[in-house]
Amino acid sequence: MQLDQLYQEIILDHYKHPHGRGLRDADDPADQVAEAHHVNPTCGDEVTVRVATDGDVLHDVSYDGMGCSISQASASVLHELLTGRRAGEAFVVHEAFVQLMSGRGQVTPDEDVLGDGVAFAGVARYPARVKCALLPWMAFKDAAARAGVGASPSEVKA
Amino acid sequence: MTTIAIPSGMPQYDDVPRYDVATVRADFPILDREVNGHRLVYLDSANTSHKPRQVLGVLAEHYARHNANVSRSVHTLGTEATEAYEGARAKVAAFINAPSVDEVVFTKNSTEAINIVAYAFSNASLRPDGDPRFRLGPGDEVVISEMEHHSNIVPWQLLCERTGATLRWFPVTDSGRLDESGLDDLVTERTKIVSLVHMSNILGTVNATARITERVREVGALLLLDCSQSVPHMPMDVVDYDADFIVFTGHKMCGPTGIGVLWGRAELLAAMPPVFGGGSMIETVAMGGSTFAAPPARFEAGTPPIAEAVALGAAVDYLSGIGMRAIQWHEKELTAYALDALATVPGLRIFGPTVPVGRGGTISFALGDVHPHDVGQVLDSLGVQVRVGHHCARPVCTRFGVPATTRASFYLYTTTEEIDALVAGLEQVRKVFG
Repeated sequence: MQLDQLYQEIILDHYKHPHGRGLRDADDPADQVAEAHHVNPTCGDEVTVRVATDGDVLHDVSYDGMGCSISQASASVLHELLTGRRAGEAFVVHEAFVQLMSGRGQVTPDEDVLGDGVAFAGVARYPARVKCALLPWMAFKDAAARAGVGASPSEVKA
Repeated sequence: MTTIAIPSGMPQYDDVPRYDVATVRADFPILDREVNGHRLVYLDSANTSHKPRQVLGVLAEHYARHNANVSRSVHTLGTEATEAYEGARAKVAAFINAPSVDEVVFTKNSTEAINIVAYAFSNASLRPDGDPRFRLGPGDEVVISEMEHHSNIVPWQLLCERTGATLRWFPVTDSGRLDESGLDDLVTERTKIVSLVHMSNILGTVNATARITERVREVGALLLLDCSQSVPHMPMDVVDYDADFIVFTGHKMCGPTGIGVLWGRAELLAAMPPVFGGGSMIETVAMGGSTFAAPPARFEAGTPPIAEAVALGAAVDYLSGIGMRAIQWHEKELTAYALDALATVPGLRIFGPTVPVGRGGTISFALGDVHPHDVGQVLDSLGVQVRVGHHCARPVCTRFGVPATTRASFYLYTTTEEIDALVAGLEQVRKVFG
């Protein structure tokens, strides 16, 4: 296995220079705001994802956490891909990312949908790391549900 | 270099028992394999050790030639299997200098062994005729330490929840030693049992137990030593250590998974109520109630891991053949070498003692602020297998303010070249994440 498949330049970039890191209050006081804290019990990685939404548009997806390069870069990509999206679109991206991670390296990612998320294609070949990549996405799903925007019923087989 | 002469009559360095590591390595088939295009460098023996062909052979031979259930058959195969199973018990007893073979209870692993003792407390507390040494209630205390494996924390937390007793613990010092300064306040007349790790699976610290044992005796409590990381690596003498119980597991000492040991003083095991009910652990069963077998059978309900026990006996033979003193010394030299070598890596911080005294060959560290998962992944790409995470000792990580660590651990087959490969690998990690 080639290490650079896993640690793509994009992932290392997001890890070293995370986008939108830090939990933020909603700009619009009318927004529903909710968060979810997820941990990976095997390695102690943790992430909190907070969603601010008016029920249609995700005005902000903010996060904080500590963990490995994969989980923290994944949170950065999550923020970048989903902030400002309509909830329905966000769940399409969510679904695509979960599918990519569950695909054991057999799924070809669509860059139009996943943007920088395509860099995680190599992670799917490392079963021990799939959970790292999914950690912020699973936290997002819970946070979104708590903020009142329904999650699509996708099953994770990781 | 100055040579310091040790006066004659004193033990000389040359007197240290030694063995040929290359010969030992040839006994372990797995050490020949490659990982990710590199020669395997296995530095995760504290997690599980590899198995020599002598053990693998006995395991296969048992199933191929002597397979039968134990302690219930009059036929020849049953007799052979029973003799092999009980023979393994005798080997294990001799290995730890147990005064009686009947003091060795086979379990699934250390975790199960500790749980048996914890549930014996629980069960004794529920019975009006329970032995007072095992009766626990509000006001009573159980003492552990901050450097325990989860398997020596959670069973006691659960026991205290069930009985209303209080759990207390020894703290850990900045250098990763057990902080015994509060011993007299911690271990008191209220203490019913002190359950302490002998060698930490994360810090590598080997705890000096004498002072604690003395205090335990003074207050009339019991002492359990979790020897999961020590029995595989150094000579163990339960009489010398004056413990009441010790636990350890087969797979960390060249044996198979699924077999562990609870050793307990005969009179204590005899005073303990059963924990698991079923076949083999009874004396007589009637619909109105049952009476129970004497130890060790009382604690071995159901068909035990027979082949695994027999193979553990083979592992004990294998280790004894090399000599536990020799293995201990080999690892001491490796540890000294590794501590020196790791000290040359920029940004590396060791958790636990940084001198090769009062510690074993298990070294946890952080490399700058690179997450251990990433350290382990890069090392794996070079064939170097280390463990990353909290090592089932999360309170230690919390104590040192990190979510996880990277851990390299050695055994009788580890070489200094493998430590060099680790250090070179860490250089690669710094390149990727620098």
